[in-house]
Amino acid sequence: DIRKVVQVLEQTAREVLTVLQSVHQPSGFKEIPGKCAKARELFCTVRTQMAELKTKFPVEQYYRFHEHWRFVLQRLAFLSAFVVYLESEALVTREEVVQILGIEVVREKGFHLDVEDYLAGVLIMASELARLAVNSVTAGDYSRPIRISNFINELDSGFRLLNLKNDPLRKRYDGLKYDVKKIEEVVYDLSIRGLAKEPESGGDK
Amino acid sequence: PCTQRKDILHKDASAVMTNTVVGGIMVSYDFFQQELDTRHDKYERLVKISRDVTIESKRTIFLLHRVTSVQDTEDLLNEAEAKLDGVRQKIGQIAEELRGEDIYQFHRAFTPGIQEYVEAASFLHYIRHRSLISLEEINARLVFMRTEKADPRGPEALPLGAQVLTFQVTPSDYLLGVADLTGELMRMCISSVGNGDIDTPFQLSQFLRQIHDGFSYIGNTGPYEVSKKLHTLRQSLGKVEDACYALRVRGSEIPKHMLADVFSSRTTIIDPEEGVV
Repeated sequence: DIRKVVQVLEQTAREVLTVLQSVHQPSGFKEIPGKCAKARELFCTVRTQMAELKTKFPVEQYYRFHEHWRFVLQRLAFLSAFVVYLESEALVTREEVVQILGIEVVREKGFHLDVEDYLAGVLIMASELARLAVNSVTAGDYSRPIRISNFINELDSGFRLLNLKNDPLRKRYDGLKYDVKKIEEVVYDLSIRGLAKEPESGGDK
Repeated sequence: PCTQRKDILHKDASAVMTNTVVGGIMVSYDFFQQELDTRHDKYERLVKISRDVTIESKRTIFLLHRVTSVQDTEDLLNEAEAKLDGVRQKIGQIAEELRGEDIYQFHRAFTPGIQEYVEAASFLHYIRHRSLISLEEINARLVFMRTEKADPRGPEALPLGAQVLTFQVTPSDYLLGVADLTGELMRMCISSVGNGDIDTPFQLSQFLRQIHDGFSYIGNTGPYEVSKKLHTLRQSLGKVEDACYALRVRGSEIPKHMLADVFSSRTTIIDPEEGVV
């Protein structure tokens, strides 16, 4: 039963992903708000599906079945983080994710979002942003990579505060430095060419 | 000859069956042996054809890669088309072998060849039309007219009287072939960068992104191999995006050095502020 609901959730998550992937297209950059709105709509479906998932098992046995939805929950955390970043260029708080997905922050109140899953979602977003930085240059948007760089650097120092154990989350965190490096290279490329400051005089089509 | 033997054996079987049980077992195992041998032979033949299909398709793909550096593309494309016709003949042989059989029973024997064919056919289609060939279009070209002749190889190939023979590419073969296609497109992108072609990489990156989005929509609901390919697809896409990025960044300084050479016959100085592309 749980598995069935989770499968439906995964399908919706992929739909959201497909909508958001189009921001990588050159034409997609102008349509970011529209894409986000569409993604938000799909999150409504996610909320009803989440509500259904909650009915499938007793609340106190969350961790017994955790593995079943862990993957999709991380994905959803990533997607909500990505939407929020595209909208406001800020990091989602855990509360916001929880609100978008229609679940709880703390364990006592019912179906909640584990910290690790939240952090994993944020890390997935980091690599997506590294890609976005590259593609925004291709699309002629030279200021975005610098904003992304600042954001990712902040994120990186944030993660450095954490004492991670040798677990999947740690492994994923190790990937972050490559994302940081990639974005730094983009910023470097832009700044030695003087494209960093004056986006309007640069290579606009 | 085989069918005759079967008949004889059959008579023997009924005769022996009434007498001893042991003999009955022997006879029925004799049948099993025949059945299995026939099946294995067919399987081997299919593997052989499939391998030919793979090789020829690969060559076609190599041929198509020259498209970036050759002047008369049309000739080259026609040559590739001719090669693919040859491949289709081979697939016709597969279809013939499979007549009256359950296609999935022997699927594993020819799936590599078919995937390679899909890859080659879709690559050609992309170069011609800059779009993705559909499964229907592929299947539509795999209809074969049979001139009826006695098939000496398979004893079960009774004249069915079927004149039209079709080969259906399974959806998963199609998907896997398309996933392979992205690898070729990535190579094409890199080589066209090498040739100073600046438009193609951007077109390719858009196209690849669309395929990638399509595949990520399927995600892990598809067959297992598809999700494996998705990973490679991501890498190819990353490379193409990086290439476009490099072009974009370098593009704004190229006018002074390299591109100036390309355009030197026409213009004298290109305004460095004016980006390329």
